[in-house]
Amino acid sequence: MSEVSALMGAVAEGRTRVEEGGLVGMITLRGDLDSARVKAAVKDATGLDVPGQRQVVTGDDASVAWMSPDELLIVVAHDQAPGTVAAMAQALADEFATVANVSDARALFRVSGPSAREAVAKLAPVDLHPASFGAGEMRRTRLAQVPAAIWLSGDDELSLICFRSVAKYVFGILELSAADGAEVGIF
Amino acid sequence: MLILECPCCGVMADETELAPGGEAHLKRYGPGSSDEEFEGYLFHRMNPKGVHFERWRHANGCGKWFLAARDTNTLEVFATYSAQTPEPPQHVLDAIRAKRPDWSLDQ
Ligand SMILES: [Zn+2]
Repeated sequence: MSEVSALMGAVAEGRTRVEEGGLVGMITLRGDLDSARVKAAVKDATGLDVPGQRQVVTGDDASVAWMSPDELLIVVAHDQAPGTVAAMAQALADEFATVANVSDARALFRVSGPSAREAVAKLAPVDLHPASFGAGEMRRTRLAQVPAAIWLSGDDELSLICFRSVAKYVFGILELSAADGAEVGIF
Repeated sequence: MLILECPCCGVMADETELAPGGEAHLKRYGPGSSDEEFEGYLFHRMNPKGVHFERWRHANGCGKWFLAARDTNTLEVFATYSAQTPEPPQHVLDAIRAKRPDWSLDQ
């Protein structure tokens, strides 16, 4: 696994803060999400239940997000990822399922501040108004020209995941969208 | 702007999240078929001005394929439904006929 994250924790300070989230363990599980074995493997590895459609559930040391009808994203500490993958792969050895460590394939960003929703909303074809998008929802979409997944990770804080290869592009558009003076004030 | 509800993840996805996949419900002709059948499978499309069945992929989203029934003239969407459907299901036909009483499947 890589010892540095995509942008090594780059930060753009301002009223809206953009931060590359550093090293994070990310695991993709593909299989039948209704299967008892899959549910048990997720529970044993994270202590969490398999989330429903477009939901993300968060515990003390892990998050589990519904990515598609047959795909989960499991977020753990970076150094925990290899062990978690091995344990889940073993638990699902006889199941039609795959578990892959995708930590190095992705980059994580956090956008925080009172206008964080707006900064992201300018880049994605998604209604991020508080009445439409709330905590516990994982929304896969695009940010400008690249795929991304967005969820609310705190009051006035959104987290985003994109492919590592486009991390610099995503940081650039977030920084521009979040720049002081670029607030729209519509939310 | 075309907006389709992805039946796989429930999102109202705008066109920029979607990748088009052409006409739906094509019958595949391969080895053993006649030249005419294979040519039809490869090249011949309905291309109607009106009701059309299409394949779409929620590319910037859940990644899944699904099918949509819509009007290519008005951009009106009648229904979206599972890609694992060999022919338009009854509820989709009903939704179309509710708005296009004169329409028939083999037009
Ligand atoms: Zn979808």
